Amino acid sequence: KIESLKVTVDFLKVPLGLKKPPLKEALAAVPGPGRPKPFGVERHKPRRSDTMDNESQYSGYSYKSGHSRSSRKHRDRRDRHRSKSRDGSRGDKSVTIQAPGEPLLDNESTRGDERDDNWGETTTVVTGTSEHSISHDDITRITKDMEDSAHLDCSRHLGVSLAGALALLAFLTPLAFMLLPQLLWREELEPCGTPCEGLFISVAFKLLILLLGSWALFFRRPKAFFPRVFVFRALLMVLVFLLVVSYWLFYGVRILDSRDRNYQGVVQYAVSLVDALLFVHYLAVVLLELRQLQPQFTLKAVRSADGASRFYNVGHLSIQRAAVWILENYYHDFPVYNPALLNLPKSVLSKKMSGFKVYSLGEDNTTNNSTGQSRAVIAAAARRRDNSHNEYYYEEAEHERRVRKRRARLVVAVEEAFTHIKRLQEEDQKNPREIMDPREAAQAIFASMARAMQKYLRTTKQQPYHTMESILQHLEFCITHDMTPKVREGHSERYLTAGPTIQYHKDRWLAKQWTLVSEEPVTNGLKDGVVFVLKRQDFSLVVSTKKIPFFKLSEEFVDPKSHKFVMRLQSETSV
Amino acid sequence: PAITVLYSISFSFQQRIEIHKLRQGDNLILGFSIGGGIDQDPTQNPFSEDKTDKGIYVTRVTEGGPAEVAGLQIGDKIMQVNGWDMTMVTHDQARKRLTKRNEEVVRLLVTRQSLQKAVQQSMMS
Repeated sequence: KIESLKVTVDFLKVPLGLKKPPLKEALAAVPGPGRPKPFGVERHKPRRSDTMDNESQYSGYSYKSGHSRSSRKHRDRRDRHRSKSRDGSRGDKSVTIQAPGEPLLDNESTRGDERDDNWGETTTVVTGTSEHSISHDDITRITKDMEDSAHLDCSRHLGVSLAGALALLAFLTPLAFMLLPQLLWREELEPCGTPCEGLFISVAFKLLILLLGSWALFFRRPKAFFPRVFVFRALLMVLVFLLVVSYWLFYGVRILDSRDRNYQGVVQYAVSLVDALLFVHYLAVVLLELRQLQPQFTLKAVRSADGASRFYNVGHLSIQRAAVWILENYYHDFPVYNPALLNLPKSVLSKKMSGFKVYSLGEDNTTNNSTGQSRAVIAAAARRRDNSHNEYYYEEAEHERRVRKRRARLVVAVEEAFTHIKRLQEEDQKNPREIMDPREAAQAIFASMARAMQKYLRTTKQQPYHTMESILQHLEFCITHDMTPKVREGHSERYLTAGPTIQYHKDRWLAKQWTLVSEEPVTNGLKDGVVFVLKRQDFSLVVSTKKIPFFKLSEEFVDPKSHKFVMRLQSETSV
Repeated sequence: PAITVLYSISFSFQQRIEIHKLRQGDNLILGFSIGGGIDQDPTQNPFSEDKTDKGIYVTRVTEGGPAEVAGLQIGDKIMQVNGWDMTMVTHDQARKRLTKRNEEVVRLLVTRQSLQKAVQQSMMS
């Protein structure tokens, strides 16, 4: 929760516009009767959203400055635009805090044609909440979630620290084995010459190798927190523990108690422990790393909201590890989830639902045959001639045409903008005032393509994903690396196609919100036909497993001399 | 003005033709040539209506030979030979079925686009 709040605070920084009329800013900031719109203009009220949780009624109105010409149109269109991207506290339904970065462009206009284009005017802070206010129950639930997560962190740290302690113990045990006789009964020990020295060297190097191997294998930043214990790791820990304990037992009984004098034997005992530890490390490598490399299953991941799907090949993994694997690939394979693209335009859907009334004639007994009635209604509705598909088709065609027109304008504007600057060659003599660093160069050429960019992003409903800051940064990046303004590669590619989620700002990732839903225990291995769901607040990824088929390859030898050909004619034979 | 209505019905009917082979030296000949088959190129067949038809067609009839005597005409499509189907055979299989050494008589079932030709001929004459 704290994190999400912090995130919203970061988001709603005041945008840096190119021309920001400070007077209007001041006007907007002053609450009072002096302003033309009675609603209240919260144009940039970043702090306000923090307290959003406690406010009960906030319908999804967007606040605009009163100076915008088309504010009336906005208010009419506002009701259509319901689906906002929700980035909010975990698990709760009542409060959704819209965090669109800096919505530089107007979030709402689904059909913006001629609008005023001053950046500063149309910046909005849009918040959407549902009808319920946040109540006491929700607060307790949220705090309980926080406590649970705190518990989870504790258990994870417990696991890690336990493993660390065990590893340390295992590492120091051979050294202890060799040192203890020296310390305790040094005088009685038989002198042990060359073989012991050789053994000492081998112990030293084996321990070093073990150390390096453990560092490589285990000391990596965990990429995910698993809901359940990792079975193989637990197994290995138990194995190491048993090994060390049994060695200590024997050592204590046979050597410490009886004060064995054969030092070489003791050193060899220690060396055998180190060997055993190395083999356990080998087992760890095989179990943790190698076993899952060979692909055994094909996972199909389907996004429930818009049907985008991908296939992945994985080896033997447990369900939770497979889930993390899928998520890692989700972030760079799936195009970003844009809820604005999903809805059919309202005009198409609104005509569908005119209800049928059902009358029952002549029956006195009011047996409430509701299913029969509803079935009749559905059947009648299905038979009725319905032309909404027509409208949908024309709507789509119109939208497509509009997008293409705007895209053409954008491409031309970008190309032209890029011709205004060039890299400074060493031999050019320019006075220092004219030399710009990439940031300034980006700002300089941004103005000429800003309008086209804004219109295009608005038409393709991508404007929540690209704030002005990110656009400028990308421009700066492209200028620095001499990228072409061309459509496919280079600069515009980022805007013309919806890219994978990881390309956008970290706030779009929402990486902490995933929940794994599965009918089988998540530490079970994958099997053919297993289905699990990775849920997020606004959609879910349904993953189903299929075993890769067993291929039976047979061999056929083809003699290179057997390739012969004839002309394909119409032959005529006389009989 | 008189209204002239031209009927141009073209349908194909089937005819049974019985050919008695003629002995010429060591061979029994029938006196016609065939073209077509499922291993041949059907688009080069000048006699077929449908250019994907891979059936066996009569491409030449020798003058005075047994086939001409029996009534076989050029452009006929051979459907059966002595009961064996000829619509889905290779060229070589067709040849073999027609030139079996132990058969003296072959009974063909042929198809012909003949009526249209008759109308055209009568109009020209």
